[in-house]
Amino acid sequence: MKSTHAFKADHITAGYDQTTILHDVNVSIPSNKISIIIGANGCGKSTLLKTMARLIKPVSGQVTIGGKPIHKIPSKQLARVLGLLPQTPIVPEGITVADLVGRGRFPHQKFLKGWSKEDYEAVSEAMEIMNITEFADRHIDELSGGQRQRVWIAMALAQQTDILFLDEPTTYLDITYQVEILDLLTDLNRKYGTTIVMVLHDINLSARYADHIFALHEGQLVAEGQPSKIVTSSLIESIFGLHCTVINDPISGSPYVIPIGRHHSKLRKHS
Amino acid sequence: MNDLSVTEQKQWHAPKNFIKLLILSLVLFGICVVASLAFGSRIVGWNEIMNGLFHPDVETHGANVVRQRIARTIFGFMCGAALGVSGALLQSVTRNPIADPSILGVNTGAALFVVCGISFFNIGSASQYIWFALAGAIITAIFVYGIGSMGRGGATPLKLVLAGAATSAALSSLVMAIMIPRSSVMDQFRFWQVGSVGAGNWDSISLFIPFLVVGMLIAIFTAPALNALALGDEAAKGLGVSTGTLRLIAAFGGVLLCAVTTALAGPIGFIGLLATHVIRLIIGPDLRFVIPLSAISGAIILSMSDVTGRILGSPGELEVGVVTAFIGAPILILITMKAKMRAL
Repeated sequence: MKSTHAFKADHITAGYDQTTILHDVNVSIPSNKISIIIGANGCGKSTLLKTMARLIKPVSGQVTIGGKPIHKIPSKQLARVLGLLPQTPIVPEGITVADLVGRGRFPHQKFLKGWSKEDYEAVSEAMEIMNITEFADRHIDELSGGQRQRVWIAMALAQQTDILFLDEPTTYLDITYQVEILDLLTDLNRKYGTTIVMVLHDINLSARYADHIFALHEGQLVAEGQPSKIVTSSLIESIFGLHCTVINDPISGSPYVIPIGRHHSKLRKHS
Repeated sequence: MNDLSVTEQKQWHAPKNFIKLLILSLVLFGICVVASLAFGSRIVGWNEIMNGLFHPDVETHGANVVRQRIARTIFGFMCGAALGVSGALLQSVTRNPIADPSILGVNTGAALFVVCGISFFNIGSASQYIWFALAGAIITAIFVYGIGSMGRGGATPLKLVLAGAATSAALSSLVMAIMIPRSSVMDQFRFWQVGSVGAGNWDSISLFIPFLVVGMLIAIFTAPALNALALGDEAAKGLGVSTGTLRLIAAFGGVLLCAVTTALAGPIGFIGLLATHVIRLIIGPDLRFVIPLSAISGAIILSMSDVTGRILGSPGELEVGVVTAFIGAPILILITMKAKMRAL
């Protein structure tokens, strides 16, 4: 079990250039749990994630870890506690899987010192967890979308942080790979106690995989808590504007959102 | 952890072909040394090279010719290494495979300042050229970066290259405008402008050394962080890199190396592009290895071009800048086509 760091965003107001996207958001990330941020496009979920992962400097308010403002912690030191997988990282041309995963070791490496035993072990462990050891010497270009995403997550794992932020890690993936990635992240959380915070588009996968959900609407936090407690048709209606009904997922028992739409309803008379 | 995985792990540290490539480079480097000493308006044989290098008491004409070529040879290697590393740094900072000092307009800026120095301040020595070139290169780099970072999204690679190309075109015409009415400047400038290492002597070497050392140290120290930057700005920040500071330092190193080379040898294009691409193609993108190998490959390419220029231009010589442009232009087109296909 990894050590716990109380991670909080206090009264965050943030955005890009002149546009303010988040308005006075307070968030406290539960340690050793999987938290998922949901909300409609443009509601500020990515902005919140990026602000917490210190990619965006908030206009006001601050993000703290163990009570200490993150902008006061040296960047490399912070990177040993807090990892990030951006939505669209860049693959350098001709890079191999092992080289890419190895780049996650940057915050642990000293100037001009070669690779340590810990570096090698962290990389091989990360590749094992993500099931990509067999691809170690392959070029990233040769891999499928799902395999690539596993390589990126392995890079973030090699960083060996207690907290891992992921910005839409399942976007552009087929449903099979989405489930595979989320299962692997759950393994990681259960086995090592890594605190995971991510933005997901799919509300039903969010409800199944999250221990804790943060629901954003127009730059404000409107609800948070266990999926079974907060994912209701009225919440979904208020944040997505979607008329829906919520049932229990027959596999996991978690809430499952079913859109109603204007056609196809067998229950039209009753609804 | 079993033995097999340990040996596998060693490979992750250094790219697979690193040792082979290093040996090959050193062999080619040796051939370049010999060729650069042997060829010229007068071709000398092996014995005379040996006499020239190791028997200072032998005073034959051939041996003296070899001795005269030693400085030029070393100077050529230094220019090539500086341009190779400069290319690697600027490509990393802009995250653009075709970023070369000549494409970003940096050496045109250096050239403009040298021409202004010659025309308006009567400068005439290499040590004065250096400071003018450095000032011109830095101002141009800041200018290009400033224009490139305007608007949304900051300094994207595409905007940087467009800004560089436009600036470079504008500055070239300024150079012409200043130079053409002044025939004396033109004479002095003409030889310098084409790019030649023939002017290299022990003085230029000793002027060059401190700048070369500073630039190389910057390159070596920033390589690991530049590796992180290659994954994108967000990923790099996530890995703990202060991207702004890193860009500033690495760009300064790249501009410094290019500016000083330009001051001493004239604008020599494409070396930064050729040197790094050959290396990347063989060992991949890890800059901890690409940077030192680009220094060697830059030195090899420049000295081969120099020797080629001497053979083709015999009994005179063809300046090295002409030769590198001839080799470089078609390769630039190839790389751009490949890069475009990847991007689309």
